[in-house]
Amino acid sequence: MGVAESELGATGGTILELQAQAVSRALEDAGLSLSDVDGLFTTGVSRFSATQVAEYFGIRPTWTDATMAGGASYEIFLAHASEAIRSGLCDVALLSYGNNQRSARSRKLGGVIDDHTPEAQFEAPYGPLNPISLYAMAAERHMHEFGTTSEQLAEVAVAARAWALKNPVAFRYRSDPLTVDDVLASPVVSTPLHALDCCLITDGGGAVLVTSLERAHSLRKPPVVVLGHGETTTNNGMSQIPDLTMTGAYVSASRAYEMAGLGPSDIDVAEVYDSFTITVLLELEALGFCKRGEAGAFVSKGRITPGGEFPLNTSGGGLSYCHPGVFGIFLLIEAVRQLRGESGERQVPGAETAICHGTGGILSTHATAILGVDR
Amino acid sequence: MSDARPVAAADSQTQSWWDATRESRLLVQHCRACGHHQHYPRALCTECGSLDIEDVEASGRGTVYSFTVVHRAPHPAFTPPYVVALVRLEEGPVLLSNIVGADHGDVRCDVRVKVAWEDLPDGRKLPVFSLES
Repeated sequence: MGVAESELGATGGTILELQAQAVSRALEDAGLSLSDVDGLFTTGVSRFSATQVAEYFGIRPTWTDATMAGGASYEIFLAHASEAIRSGLCDVALLSYGNNQRSARSRKLGGVIDDHTPEAQFEAPYGPLNPISLYAMAAERHMHEFGTTSEQLAEVAVAARAWALKNPVAFRYRSDPLTVDDVLASPVVSTPLHALDCCLITDGGGAVLVTSLERAHSLRKPPVVVLGHGETTTNNGMSQIPDLTMTGAYVSASRAYEMAGLGPSDIDVAEVYDSFTITVLLELEALGFCKRGEAGAFVSKGRITPGGEFPLNTSGGGLSYCHPGVFGIFLLIEAVRQLRGESGERQVPGAETAICHGTGGILSTHATAILGVDR
Repeated sequence: MSDARPVAAADSQTQSWWDATRESRLLVQHCRACGHHQHYPRALCTECGSLDIEDVEASGRGTVYSFTVVHRAPHPAFTPPYVVALVRLEEGPVLLSNIVGADHGDVRCDVRVKVAWEDLPDGRKLPVFSLES
């Protein structure tokens, strides 16, 4: 694998320019060139995202995928790329992403609802913030069922900031540490979620190169191996979610563990999508790191902060490192760096296995990937 | 809420549902083949795939599955704070809606609610919910 980010933060760059920076750096990281790429996996650029990006890079891939599954897209792409490579359908797959949403001010509080969809008739009329209000209702239900508190949610944001202070490219690298009180004192957006329970809005691009283990052995860096993957999709609208606290992540995770022949206790580092603090609690339960309803207690008492017993979102996550809209590719980038021992001050000593979990939309799409060192 | 709410036009699948709102009747779909109830209206039963679907009138009663008090408006029609909720009808389907006429502090998960109606400028009505006393 080769991995890289583009410039992050408020860049003034275009979507395609940010992709180009990330791709060029990832090719350098792997010791490959654009002409080696025959599979392209990208989304969120335009109507024909893969075609748009291929043209921009001047490549003519023979295997493409532009599935839009929001924050789970790149864990899905990793799975689809791995299987395409295993089947001999492509040799070098490029997963590429870019978004300039901070510079372009392209986020809307109500989200983007197509006029012809059921949501435009049956959900938008009620004024939910999209996606925030759905995650807020998941948090409210989690509190109701399990006694989870706002303080416990805030611990997720506090730990993310502590990790970001160890990541020189993180948006909040030069910020102050965060406290639980800071989170609770930030403006309420959609109860029970405060502004600091919500991820950043930044620009940024990322790229991941995937190839066969055989070819990877001849590349610049030691290989990282895809050990297992799983995905599912559950709902597009808010009213159609099967269960607010028992998400599709249970399905994707069990499929990934089964393929890898591993379980939660075998995982050394976890990179899970932190669109909102509640997202992390739901994922920790679904990935089996604690029992259902117990994630609030699990993340407390410093367990997930640097030096704690459970290394989680070691980049600083979407809450404090970067969040250019579809964060899933950055979960993969950090996991690969951890498994190569390249994460500097935030390195988890001896990390040999990592789990990445992407969640997209309004708890809509769920994809889990388990990575490991080559042995 | 001064400006009109953003409500898309009815289509071939949803026309009868919206027409019923003009008479303050809340419909859900019922599958004649397997008995499943569903909402929003669509062309097949999500339980068994049958196309043999009818509209039936719902009781208008349900419970709050979850809710959130929204503090920032996504559209000029909305004046925060207001309550957005998932309401599970007695018949089973879940609707996104608003809880109106209640102190926000009285809204809780699992409390019972009943349908109320808000007029739209084009004569349709929008089902919202109030707490059952």
